[in-house]
Amino acid sequence: MTAGRGPVSTANDGEPRFSTWTGKARGWALRRLPPDKLLPEGQPSYVSSWIYVFGMGAVAAFVYILGSGAVLALNGPTWFHVSAFGRFINSTHLWSVELFFMFMVIHLWGKFWMAAWRGGRVLTWITGMLAFVVSIVTAFTGYLLQTNFDSQWIAFQAKDALNAVGVGAWFNVADLGQILMWHITLLPLAVAVVVALHVVLVRMHGVVPPLEAAESDAQLRSAAPNPAVDDKDMK
Amino acid sequence: MTKAPVSVSWRARNDIASRPWPGTTREYDLFKELAVGLVVVALLVLGLSAVFSSPDDPSVTLKSWAVAQPADFVATATAELGGTSGTAGYGPPYNSTADATQKLGPIDLQTLSGVRLPIDTANDFVIGPLQTLPTPPAAIDEWTKASDAQHASWTAAYGDALSKAPDNDSAKVPPGDYGPVPILTGALLAMAQQGTLDPVLSARGSFYNTDYKASILFLGDGSYFPGLADAQHLTGDQWGMMNETGNYPGQSWLWLFSALYQVEPFKSSTNADVLVVFSMVILTLLLTLVPFIPGLRSLPRRIPVHRLIWRDYYKHR
Repeated sequence: MTAGRGPVSTANDGEPRFSTWTGKARGWALRRLPPDKLLPEGQPSYVSSWIYVFGMGAVAAFVYILGSGAVLALNGPTWFHVSAFGRFINSTHLWSVELFFMFMVIHLWGKFWMAAWRGGRVLTWITGMLAFVVSIVTAFTGYLLQTNFDSQWIAFQAKDALNAVGVGAWFNVADLGQILMWHITLLPLAVAVVVALHVVLVRMHGVVPPLEAAESDAQLRSAAPNPAVDDKDMK
Repeated sequence: MTKAPVSVSWRARNDIASRPWPGTTREYDLFKELAVGLVVVALLVLGLSAVFSSPDDPSVTLKSWAVAQPADFVATATAELGGTSGTAGYGPPYNSTADATQKLGPIDLQTLSGVRLPIDTANDFVIGPLQTLPTPPAAIDEWTKASDAQHASWTAAYGDALSKAPDNDSAKVPPGDYGPVPILTGALLAMAQQGTLDPVLSARGSFYNTDYKASILFLGDGSYFPGLADAQHLTGDQWGMMNETGNYPGQSWLWLFSALYQVEPFKSSTNADVLVVFSMVILTLLLTLVPFIPGLRSLPRRIPVHRLIWRDYYKHR
């Protein structure tokens, strides 16, 4: 027996066979998402519309939300009242959130009108919606953390909806400590995980082709083989 | 030959949407797009922040309320003593007031949650804070020894007298059978105006505290705090859920949540909050599960926005 890191055997079809859990997991991941699909250098010719930039725009805005949020969290929720630099960082946090939602909503409705769940992409759609919903809750907790008039009023108003459905005692919008923990730990982590899963699913399944695309289309008839596409996944 | 309708099914089949694209491709650089996206969004964020900054209206305190509108403060303190304020009659999770909860048909989730954040408005908002004074008013004894019926009678009489007094000024209230209520509310007003009520009400006998529900609920029971919100277009009937102080964009993504509060049957329902939340849960589930819902999932085929999105593809097919 050798201590090599490769597959322990190869089946008749040339597919590697692994015996360990780790090897099987790696094999599964490589089959579902080979490196050229994860980090492609080409896309189908129909991926040529401005609508496609908004998903990436939302990811870019999320990067700035996390960055500005980290600076605010390190300095505490009342810092921006007394520091000009803190106020500026607070402003970048606000505007990156506004852009994040604007990009995300345009992306969402673009994908709706593309019926982008077609061809086995339903989980991509659902994780996208989940990212939207969790982001709304995260933003809501952020508004509660402003420690100013707006957050006071939002806490007073929002308690009614939460109490009416019986969760207000556990999600106490007037408890700054509790809301701070939700906003800077659990919820950003949840958004990041769901967004990462969504992006991986997009890479795994590829961008959905146009509605009404047919085998007789010029784009399909005159195609040269695409190195970025793994034919084995047609199974 | 009749053309088959275009499939909008979520299922993976042996069709073009389900197979890896075998057609023409274009060069695409994922990392370059990310880099460009980061630069463009950074410029937008920095530009918007530099030009518009962000809102930061100072918080309201019990002191600022008591100084700005002492009559409103005294009337609210009277209602807290008499158990007639909004918080006193709220129900769970603050207290067990009968028939105060919102219900969804036979389902009463508010009652099911129980009284988990108990608040006794008379003791927590008025008597308790007054007892922390170096020399608590002797009127506290008279109040604590009296019956609930007597409390109700005193506070109702004083509340009525306040509402009829010129400018609702407690100094202009005619003599009457108010018991210790004028002294208690007057002492609480003085305490608030000196700024000593704020820390007492938020800390509630402890050194550390992060829970501001007592102060926020007390503020909300008056008309000063809601009046400020109304002036900023922040109340529920002003689409306030999606507004922000000043002219800044707020949580505009809550537009539908806010819109439901503006229309019947939600608008005038005593169960508006639970009905709106339930409706939003249903609508969110519908959008999340739209790939599985016949009819809804066909909308992109019936309303051809996709012809615009993929116009270049259709032009050259």
